[in-house]
Amino acid sequence: MAHYETRAEIEGLVTPFQVHRDIYIDQDVYRQEMKHLFANAWVYVGHDSQTPNKGDYYTTQIGDQPVIMVRHTDNEIKVLYNRCPHKGTKIAIDRQGNTGKFFRCPYHAWSFKTDGCLLAIPLKKGYEGTGLSDTENGKGMKAVGAVHNYRGFVFARLASEGIAFEEYFNDSLSSLDNMVDRSPAGRLEVVGAPLRYMHQCNWKMLVENQTDTCHPMVAHESSAGTAVQIWKDMGFTDDDPKPAAMEIIAPFMSAYEFFEDMGIRTWPNGHGHTGVHHSIHSKYSEIPGYMEALTAAHGKEKAEAILAENRHNTVYFPNIMIKGPIQQLRNFIPLAADRTLAESWIFRLVDAPEELTARTALYNRMINAPTSIVGHDDLEMYERAQEGLHADGLEWVNIQRLYQEGEDFETEAVENGTTERQMRNQFHAWVKFMTVSMTQKEAAE
Amino acid sequence: MSDVTRDDLIDFLYEEVRMLDDGRFDEWMELWTQDGHYWMPLNYNQQDPINETSLLYEDQFMLRLRIQRLIGARTFSQKPKSRCHHVIQRPHVDEIDNEAGRYRTVTRMHYVETRLDDQFLLALTATHDLVRQDGALKIALKKVELLNCDAAFGNIQLLP
Ligand code: FES
Ligand SMILES: [Fe+2]
Repeated sequence: MAHYETRAEIEGLVTPFQVHRDIYIDQDVYRQEMKHLFANAWVYVGHDSQTPNKGDYYTTQIGDQPVIMVRHTDNEIKVLYNRCPHKGTKIAIDRQGNTGKFFRCPYHAWSFKTDGCLLAIPLKKGYEGTGLSDTENGKGMKAVGAVHNYRGFVFARLASEGIAFEEYFNDSLSSLDNMVDRSPAGRLEVVGAPLRYMHQCNWKMLVENQTDTCHPMVAHESSAGTAVQIWKDMGFTDDDPKPAAMEIIAPFMSAYEFFEDMGIRTWPNGHGHTGVHHSIHSKYSEIPGYMEALTAAHGKEKAEAILAENRHNTVYFPNIMIKGPIQQLRNFIPLAADRTLAESWIFRLVDAPEELTARTALYNRMINAPTSIVGHDDLEMYERAQEGLHADGLEWVNIQRLYQEGEDFETEAVENGTTERQMRNQFHAWVKFMTVSMTQKEAAE
Repeated sequence: MSDVTRDDLIDFLYEEVRMLDDGRFDEWMELWTQDGHYWMPLNYNQQDPINETSLLYEDQFMLRLRIQRLIGARTFSQKPKSRCHHVIQRPHVDEIDNEAGRYRTVTRMHYVETRLDDQFLLALTATHDLVRQDGALKIALKKVELLNCDAAFGNIQLLP
């Protein structure tokens, strides 16, 4: 018999400062996440620069649901389930392409406009009088519940009813704004293919780790600590100008104080970020010509304000992270309770010097690649946790650092940068979006 | 120094992968020019190592850091250590220019890496740009193109 079917069972997995291990290892919980959480939340789909022309499409998934993001003839971005209404064949298999004015199923050639509406069926008279047009399948490919394109970033909600985009993200959009405002043209473009890094662990471990500020100096001592040591052995001090790679990796070894002082901000609905006052990205050297370009676009005051923000990681619940100062987005795609695909995307700031893109690409391969000496130790920690959680001695996972009784996640808060409040915030939202659409029966039991 | 022959180049490449398989990384580091780079593209036919993401594009500082980390006391992903194994085809020698001291080889190989109960295989093509410096061959650029560069990978911890 399946567990975790009722509201009470789901709520029982989360206490104010502990969560039950089944949240990470139980297949029934995972199935409920796909059915409820990933249907009710606003989930990142893709960036509209991936589909610049009409008919351009990109295939991905929302939770475990295969979807197609496509630019329709009216220039709007549509998100459709990647499934033929006839017998279920996936309509698009390529990761990206251009389909022209319509999709055509490769099996029996039913065709659909790029908003999903049925266009034609070969030998259509075979359906005359059968009532096909009265069925849902007879209308065409099914669209997801709602789509919102926010300054190029396309989010979707699978459920047709539910929380509005603005209410869901609200003030947390300031992090996306800052990343986009860093382009003098106010526009980002995806650069190249994403890194694709497979993790044999639960997706939430990766999301939690984005605001885990007590692990870099420990788990990454082997890479960042060694880098600092080699630098010293070469006769340099901390004050010498560093190559870009050192600028990126050395701050991982910063002392606890640095991370405490950087601050963590949480917003309602599970969003939050590290690096309120400063971050590991604060001390990157200036790229010639960039400030001038930004000033010309925004004026001096605004340009300075944009660059004064150096937010570290912003988590958009449930499963992406962005880095404004690096122009990066990581998408943690759940594949099973113990399997997650981490995609790491980078963006070009339109009209900014290309050296910024070079630094962004360097950061991506140094930190987030399957070949990364930093990524290796993160993955090792997640996979050890995934295995360790099966030990029966203890059933609960602790997220209590700097916990205060009666925490209110419905209002924005800024706290000490080593708090685990953002993890607690995520689990508060987790319960909310897991249970909001549970039926009366599920809720009553 | 006498001219570098086809056999010299082939011996050099066989010796290089042997060092990697034996974990003789300090010796391996001696094989590089000062500004030599190790490049593993992320995309099939990728041309630009700088302005788009690669799996690796490492200079001598980064390579030194990478091999130094492998032997660190707190390198948790190397407890226990990984091992690797190269099986290479006879290299194609595409360029021998003894006048300029420049050479290019293309080597197809299978690379196997293992740790604990996991083992994986990568099929790849390595292109070496070699130069002659003070009578010895050095690697100026090693480009490693994975056949399945667009696949999702777990940890790849040693060097193909
Ligand atoms: S399955 Fe698509 S047309 Fe038949
Ligand atoms: Fe980490």
